[in-house]
Amino acid sequence: MDQLLQHGLNALILGGTYALLGIGLTLIFGIMRVVNFTHGELYSFGAYMMYACVMLAGANFFVALVLAVVLGIFLGAAIELVLLRRLRGADIDTTMLVMIGAWIALQNTEQLAWSGVAKSIDNPFPATPLVLGPVSVSWNRLFVFVVALALIVGAYALINRTRLGKAMRATFQDRDTAALMGVEIGYVHTATFAIGSGLAAAAGALLGPVFVVYPTMGDLASLKAFAIVILGGLGSIPGATIGGFILAFMEELGAGYISSGFRDGMGFLLIILILLVKPTGLFAQKERIG
Amino acid sequence: MKLWATIAWLAFLFSVPLWMGDLYVLHILIITGIFIIAAMSLNLLLGYTGQLSLGHVAFFGIGAYTSSLMSLGFEVHLLPNWLVKLEPKPVWLGMLTGIALAGACGWVIGKVSFKVRGAYFVIVSVSFAEVVRLVALNWVELTQGPMALNNIPVLRLGVPGWFEFAFLRKPANYYLVLVAAILSYVLIRRLVSSRAGRAMIALRENEPLATSVGVDVTRYLVLATMIAAAMAGAAGALYAHYVRIVDPDVFLFIYTVTMVIMVVAGGKGTLAGPIVGGLIFGLLPEVLRAAAIKPEVQWVVYGVLMILVVYFLPEGIVPAVRNWWQGRARREAAEPPAGRPAAEAAR
Repeated sequence: MDQLLQHGLNALILGGTYALLGIGLTLIFGIMRVVNFTHGELYSFGAYMMYACVMLAGANFFVALVLAVVLGIFLGAAIELVLLRRLRGADIDTTMLVMIGAWIALQNTEQLAWSGVAKSIDNPFPATPLVLGPVSVSWNRLFVFVVALALIVGAYALINRTRLGKAMRATFQDRDTAALMGVEIGYVHTATFAIGSGLAAAAGALLGPVFVVYPTMGDLASLKAFAIVILGGLGSIPGATIGGFILAFMEELGAGYISSGFRDGMGFLLIILILLVKPTGLFAQKERIG
Repeated sequence: MKLWATIAWLAFLFSVPLWMGDLYVLHILIITGIFIIAAMSLNLLLGYTGQLSLGHVAFFGIGAYTSSLMSLGFEVHLLPNWLVKLEPKPVWLGMLTGIALAGACGWVIGKVSFKVRGAYFVIVSVSFAEVVRLVALNWVELTQGPMALNNIPVLRLGVPGWFEFAFLRKPANYYLVLVAAILSYVLIRRLVSSRAGRAMIALRENEPLATSVGVDVTRYLVLATMIAAAMAGAAGALYAHYVRIVDPDVFLFIYTVTMVIMVVAGGKGTLAGPIVGGLIFGLLPEVLRAAAIKPEVQWVVYGVLMILVVYFLPEGIVPAVRNWWQGRARREAAEPPAGRPAAEAAR
């Protein structure tokens, strides 16, 4: 029972960052109709920026975190402006191929810049874990969870409360009508990609100090983000949030009770099962997705 | 004319081992040929039915593992007290089993996943490949996991007691791959010009319309997936018995991406596309390596090339060259070479 509680707590904490990844990807897909294969690269970009700031430049941990997210936002905006801007209106396969190309190029640039050796990042938190009755959790992970929750709440607020969020929702519902009503679609797309990328970079910057940082770390992150987004229904933000937690629980329980080797396989099994049973995902909004 | 060109091409391809003394070049050609077979099979799905399968390497790997395991024999506990044992079988039987099993997997994937299209199909196929890779990595009793399957026997063909030929040396393997590639090419060519092929193209162009005139969508998509999977499995089996070592890395996503680049750059939905793309992207790494360029840079070049191809040659190289050629021919036919009357008048 204690073991189950501990697994549950681990899953809850991991789920926060998974949800961040999923929300970013689902925003980009929902609004731009782009299957973003560079999502995982933004995740590893965030982690590497964290490494560069904390370990190489000696910056403060929290300043580095903010900086990594901001740089992620800029990189996302740059990718949108350079690669996707001219492909607006192209079919989904075309943009997908471009994003695959960008993903390969980015990942190998990373490999060149940082070498393939895994890096670890120091954190300023006490090494002794926080013990809560039968379970314990490290301070670092607790911090990750709190920041992830804050960012999720921030993303919801941005989408539901601001003018930009309103423009994003309008574009999601009907791009052409939104454009006719004066929504600047190009701006919305750039902002969406930048925000989604920033969330992925935040997830990487948060998890980098928990695990280690290596160039191909983004691949699994991408695939897991796809799993989360499909689970929740492509384009659904609440679905991605809940999907992130569901995937984390499945992985944690699968690793704990079945076999740790198949931990990363749970997500893919989940995708296949979901698509067999309910192809639109668990929480799909009105279907507008082909 | 066309017949003669074909014969000349075949004669050239068959003569390569006779004058090519460099065994390393031959090795590159063999590996490239195997990837061209895989790319042709992917082209059947991506180019003719319009479905992007990003898990194609799964079928390649299934063919490779099945064929290797059949020819090596294995002992595996399916349940703690249920031991399944297989004596080593001849390689040709292993290869056929590999092809059949890959085809069967393709049939299952086609059946279950063609409920979904577009982005969903892409992600299902990626997930399938990843699950298969994890099985190969973690089911150590069967697959040796990361320790890899070693000492895979080479293909031996012959009549028992009369003669036997082992495909041990590179020229022999070159001919084996060449014949397999020609067979695959002919098969795809016949398939796409048949009734089934026309149905597939109709689906790619306009699925609701095709359905409305009575094309059985699922049936033809499943057929295409099954044939493509079996062909990729054949490529995998050839690979396993040529390289003679198979590890879970054959399932790496990057190989699927290589196949996709070959098809897209060469021209999806054309017969020659995967061959042209396969030759370019099969030989390019060697050229880059000869220029002492690091593999990471090579992959960056791949990625950038892929983006450039999508921007500037969205149809691929083969259709672009064909259009340019036909356009030139048409221009020449339309306006007789300018300036000649004037020149004649002057003379």
